[in-house]
Amino acid sequence: MYYADIYNMEEIFYTLDERHTETVRRKLWEARVGIGGIGGLGSHTAVALARCGVGHIHIVDDDTVELSNINRQAYFLRHVGRKKTEALAELIAEINPYIEVKADCVRVTEENISRLFAEDEIICEAFDDAENKAVFVNEVLTSLPDAVVISGSGMAGFSDTNLIRTRRAGSRLYICGDEKNGLETGQKLMAPRVMACASHQANMAVRLILERKTAAEKTEM
Amino acid sequence: MTVINGKQTPEAAGKKLTQYLEENGYDAARIAVECDGEILPKKMYEKKIIGEDETIEIVSFVGGG
Repeated sequence: MYYADIYNMEEIFYTLDERHTETVRRKLWEARVGIGGIGGLGSHTAVALARCGVGHIHIVDDDTVELSNINRQAYFLRHVGRKKTEALAELIAEINPYIEVKADCVRVTEENISRLFAEDEIICEAFDDAENKAVFVNEVLTSLPDAVVISGSGMAGFSDTNLIRTRRAGSRLYICGDEKNGLETGQKLMAPRVMACASHQANMAVRLILERKTAAEKTEM
Repeated sequence: MTVINGKQTPEAAGKKLTQYLEENGYDAARIAVECDGEILPKKMYEKKIIGEDETIEIVSFVGGG
């Protein structure tokens, strides 16, 4: 890995400690986040988490980068024709080569969700299709009793980005987006609102990681 | 009091969930239903009767990602 030859782990940790504090860096480095679908939402969510220094990122998608993705997804022209899992793993390594990326180039189905995401405590739903979103959220919440889901819903078009927000919709479910402006309205997907929604998802994941109690903190209570 | 999506909805109490969803134009393939904060599995929709003191959240997903 090229950048690992130039920057050692201690240097990268040092810069993260300076900016985020050591406590925050350690918590994020130990955390694991799963992302189902790495198109516009998932790719930008992963990039934001990588910049924060989340140590274990699990990405799942079987798509290939196409020219038509470049208007809103985190990929570059050099990635066209390559598997999204491979392209995104490369982008993450260019941000922090020491992050452990688990890349599953697999089509997500109702039947394989509980197996694919069994080890992820925080899972971002980032699919394109509304029915796939519903299947994913229902299946994760039903079959993985400890998982928290952060779903993206409503980010098409170019209306006010202030409409995009994060809300808690259940004990283990957060929805990011405006929940209205979907592809069904005829609006198209554009980078600014997709990135805003992905940032909400990444920030909710960071909040859950940093605000949760460690086992040691729980026993102190 | 029955609360659905943050609104007091006493008239829904005692109704079948599937009936409520149909009357209110929900597409069952695009939703997730939470009862008192916990997910209601899809296979329970047919049997589910909306309770008098239940807080129900129906999330409708829209496309794009």
